[in-house]
Amino acid sequence: MSGFFSDLINVISAAILLWQEGERVKSHVWRPLYVVIAFVVAIVVFRFFYVPNDFGSGKRGFMYSYHRFSNEAEWKNQPAKYSVSGRERMHEYCSECHGEIVKVRTEKLHGIIPCEDCHGPAMQHPDNPEKLTIDRSRGLCLRCHTNLPYATSERHRIPGIDPKTHNTGIECVKCHNPHNPSLEGMK
Amino acid sequence: MERREFLQKSILVIVGASVPLSALTMIDPKKVFAENPDIQWAFLVDTNKCVGCGFCVKACKTENDVPFEANVSRTWVERYVYTKDDKRYVDSPKAAQDGFTESRIDLGRGEYQEIDKANVGKAFFVPKLCNHCSSPACTQVCPVGATYKTDDGVVLVDRTWCIGCGYCIMACPYGARFFHPIAKVADKCTFCYHRLSKGLDSACVNACPFKARRMGNIHDKNDPITQLIMNERVGVLKDEFGTKPQAFYIGLAQEVR
Repeated sequence: MSGFFSDLINVISAAILLWQEGERVKSHVWRPLYVVIAFVVAIVVFRFFYVPNDFGSGKRGFMYSYHRFSNEAEWKNQPAKYSVSGRERMHEYCSECHGEIVKVRTEKLHGIIPCEDCHGPAMQHPDNPEKLTIDRSRGLCLRCHTNLPYATSERHRIPGIDPKTHNTGIECVKCHNPHNPSLEGMK
Repeated sequence: MERREFLQKSILVIVGASVPLSALTMIDPKKVFAENPDIQWAFLVDTNKCVGCGFCVKACKTENDVPFEANVSRTWVERYVYTKDDKRYVDSPKAAQDGFTESRIDLGRGEYQEIDKANVGKAFFVPKLCNHCSSPACTQVCPVGATYKTDDGVVLVDRTWCIGCGYCIMACPYGARFFHPIAKVADKCTFCYHRLSKGLDSACVNACPFKARRMGNIHDKNDPITQLIMNERVGVLKDEFGTKPQAFYIGLAQEVR
């Protein structure tokens, strides 16, 4: 704010000096300059009222972090949709109610897949939504189980099928149990 | 009073008066640390572990309301295929939001390149996102102060202040920014700032089954991710731009830029 006032004082004092000088020199030479000065003053005054008070620079200085501070809280207060279903923490969160199925999952191959990847975001579940919309589509399984000939990639270790020839048009979950995907566990 | 005594006393008074009041208060180091927790978020991508399932992209788009129909995304997965006759292909169809379910390469504009199975030399997947650079080019160019780096190292966009001019989108060397088709402002990865502040993992880290994506506080030496960054052979993207990216990659190839 002090910068703003010193700017304003500089501009005004320069204007007065020029005006005094202008008495001696022909005034039509200086008149366009008065217009420019009035324009600058108008912008500075507009800026004073328009820019919110909490604008400032953070630790990184003016170049990288000149911003409205209250925006940080705005981002922080966004509601989260996904809960904690990552590999370690899904046990504590999902198994509170679905202990049995979580146990089956964690012991079998698909134990590394977070529940919410297929079952959808569950931050407010079971209040909202009461029942999660489960993605049972073929496309979901094909994300990992399309056979791609990439011997150097980790993808190579996942059993894959050719989606164009392997029971086309049928959902995978009709035959395979997604919680226990071993072939002995087939429906 | 003697002259010497007078001078001695007056110096004492001047020294005493010049000590500011704040210098006399006791500082509790724990309290100071709680007020200024030294957090610098950093991302670690292990490209060896990625299988290109695209669950990260799906989770990110769902969590942050980025439309699936539009061809924009805060994070994406790239596929690199090197053939035995020394050709290199890169693609990321729809930011890999549905994973990689076809072996043909998406060349863009509706054109595809089939690659013979026997001709594939090496291939791998690389997840990408905003690098949350230490010296971000994107925040420098913003004419209205709408994008900035927070003190804990995250680059954010102020949606009420952004005028949508697109300078930052052009300035980012990594193509990590885009114009949000609904909010009508520049948008980018926020490291899921709302989740971090609630003590949760970011949506993509949470969704990754293979631990290819991880995140930690790089200023905490005991953080497992910091340990990995310090001890593993990590690289960053486009180091020569001087942006000092804070997303580190294990298993970078020269072609990954």
